[in-house]
Amino acid sequence: MKYIVSLLVVCVLQVAPARAELRIEVTKGVDNAVRIAIVPFEMRRTGALPTDISEVVTRDLTLSGRFETLPVSQMLSLPGQPDEIFPRDWRLLDVEYLVLGSMEPAGEGQYRLQFFLYNVFNQSVQLSQAIQGTTEELRDMGHYVSDVVFENLTGIDGAFSTRIMYVTATGPIEDRQYQLNIADADGARVETILRSREPILSATWAPDGHRVAYVSFENDGRPAIYLRDLETRMVQQLTSFRGLNGAPAFSSDGKQLAMVLSKDGNPDIYVLNLDNRRLRRITRHYAIDTEPSWTPDDKAIVFTSNRGGKPQIYMITLSDLSVERLTFEGDYNAKASMLPDGSGLVMVHRREGIFHIGHLDLRRGRMTVLTETSLDESPSIAPNGSMLIYATQVGDNGILAAVSIDGGVKFNLPSSEGDVREPAWSPKKRVLFEPIAE
Amino acid sequence: MGISSIRGMVLVSVTALLLAGCTSTEQEEPDVAPVTVEPTTTAGTAGEMREPETVAPRRPMVQGGNLIVPLGDATEELQGLFYFDFDQAIVKRVGHTELNKHAMAMKDDRSLRVRLEGHADERGTREYNLALGERRANAIRAYLQAQGVLGSQMEVISYGEEKPAAMGHNEQAWAQNRRVEIVYK
Repeated sequence: MKYIVSLLVVCVLQVAPARAELRIEVTKGVDNAVRIAIVPFEMRRTGALPTDISEVVTRDLTLSGRFETLPVSQMLSLPGQPDEIFPRDWRLLDVEYLVLGSMEPAGEGQYRLQFFLYNVFNQSVQLSQAIQGTTEELRDMGHYVSDVVFENLTGIDGAFSTRIMYVTATGPIEDRQYQLNIADADGARVETILRSREPILSATWAPDGHRVAYVSFENDGRPAIYLRDLETRMVQQLTSFRGLNGAPAFSSDGKQLAMVLSKDGNPDIYVLNLDNRRLRRITRHYAIDTEPSWTPDDKAIVFTSNRGGKPQIYMITLSDLSVERLTFEGDYNAKASMLPDGSGLVMVHRREGIFHIGHLDLRRGRMTVLTETSLDESPSIAPNGSMLIYATQVGDNGILAAVSIDGGVKFNLPSSEGDVREPAWSPKKRVLFEPIAE
Repeated sequence: MGISSIRGMVLVSVTALLLAGCTSTEQEEPDVAPVTVEPTTTAGTAGEMREPETVAPRRPMVQGGNLIVPLGDATEELQGLFYFDFDQAIVKRVGHTELNKHAMAMKDDRSLRVRLEGHADERGTREYNLALGERRANAIRAYLQAQGVLGSQMEVISYGEEKPAAMGHNEQAWAQNRRVEIVYK
C-alpha cells in the first residue's frame, strides 16, 4: 500500500511541468457532500503511466465541492473489479460510492480503461463503461470518468472536460509580460497561446470551442480584435478601427461577433457578421455602452451602459433595437452574462464600495451577492450553468476563484506567480471518447 | 473642424463654469491661467538674435515622450500627467495651466504630434475602464482643441486599467492610476 502511495507521488511530480500551474483549494463545499472512494485503477500488463487517472478523478470530484473523497492511505483494500469488493470494508469507512477499474494496453500507444461506479449501500454496480485513448489522452480519460460519475450521481452535466482560458501578467510594472493561456478546468496542463509585452484582454470562446477572440495591443500599442483558430493556429485581425476595439462576444450560433467600437465618437455596441464581414451598429448613445453578451436565443444583447449616470445593465432587442434596463440595485453593475437557461444574470456588482460577483434572479428580481472577496471581476459561467469562475485579488496577486450559482461551493485556483485574470470557461466539453460497446 | 472646436470650447467653458460653482477641496492653482510661455521666434528671425552661443533651444524639444520648451534663457519640461476622479472624465482645473502650455507649444509648432493615453484605476470591469480611459483622453483632447491645437496633432489611446502607474490596492495608488498621459512622438 505504501508502495502505491509513493508511486502516486512520483507520478504527480513527473507530470508537473515547468510552467506555473494553478492549484486548487476548495474553500467551501456542500454540507451533505457524497462520500466517495476512487480506488487506484488496477494496471494490467502495464507499468506506471505518466498520468494517474484515478488521481485526476479524485482531484476533479474534490474540487466540485459536492464530494468528499477518501484518501488512498485509508483504503482497506484496492479492488480492481466489482467481484473483488468487500462491501463491509467500505461501510466501515462510511463510503457511499466506489469508483474502480482497470487499465490495459490496447495496441500501439493505446490504453483501454474499464471503470465502474459501485453503490455500497445497494451492493450493486450502478454504472459500467469502457473507453480507449492514447498516452497523451490519459488526463482526458480521467476527466471523462469524472463527468460520467458526476452526472450519474448529481443529475448535473459535468464540466471536467472543459477548459479555461485566462490572461497572466508577470514582471515589474514598467516591463510587463502578458500571456494568454488555456488550461484544463482543474488548472492543469497549461498551454500558452500568445505572449506579448502589450496588454491582452477580453479573451472569449467561440461556441464551437475551436476558435477564440481576444483584444491585444500588440500592433504598435493600439487595440485590435483578433480571431484565432486553436487547431490551425491561424490568427486573423478582425478590426483595428480608430479608438476602442474591444469586448468581443460570439453569438451562440458562432456566426456573429458583438463588440465595442468608438470609431463613431462614443463607445457603442456593434455586431460583425463573420460570414460576410458586414458591421451593424446596435447602440447609438453618447454614454459608454460596452461589454455586450448575447442572450441564449441570440435575439438580444445584454450590455453595460452609464447612460443613467452610473454603470448599469441594459438589454437591447436586435429586431427593433428597443432598450430595457435590467439592474436597479447598487451603483455599479457591469459585465453581465445570462445563464444558459435565461433565468438570471451574473455580473460585477458593487455593494458598500466593494466589488463582488452578483447573481440577479430575473424571475424574482432579486440580486444575491455570491462572493465574499473584493475587487472581483470577469465572471464566466460554466457550460452546465451551475458554476462560475471569476478573477479576484488575494494579497497583491490576482487569482481565479469559482463559485456555484447557488453559492454553496467555492474554490480558489491560486497561481505561484504573477497576476491571473479574466477567466473564460470553454463553451462545451471536448468529446474525445465514445464508450466501447461490451 | 470649426463646429467641433466650437463645441469643444462650449463644453470646456461649461465644465469650467460647473467647476467654478463647486467648492473644490484640491489645492488651488492661481485662478487666471498665467500663460508664461511667449511665442517662440520663428526660424527665419533667428539670424537677428544677438546670442548665437545660447544653450537654450529656440524650439521645443521632445525627449522621452516629454516636451521641453524654451523659457527665457532656460528651458522647462512640461508636466504631461493629468489626474481624474473615480468614474469621472472631467478635466480638473488644477491642470489647466499646464495644459495651456502644451496647447501653446503645439499651436506654435504644428509638426508636434502627441498620443493622449487614457488610464483608469483597477476598480470596476476592464472593458468599462477602457471606455473610461478613452473618455478621459478625449476630454483632454477637447480641451487642447479648444485652445487651438489641431485634431490631427493628437491621437487618443486608452489602456484602461491595463497599465497602472502605481501598484497597490489603495486610494493612493488608484489616484495615481486615474490619469491621462500626454506623450510626444
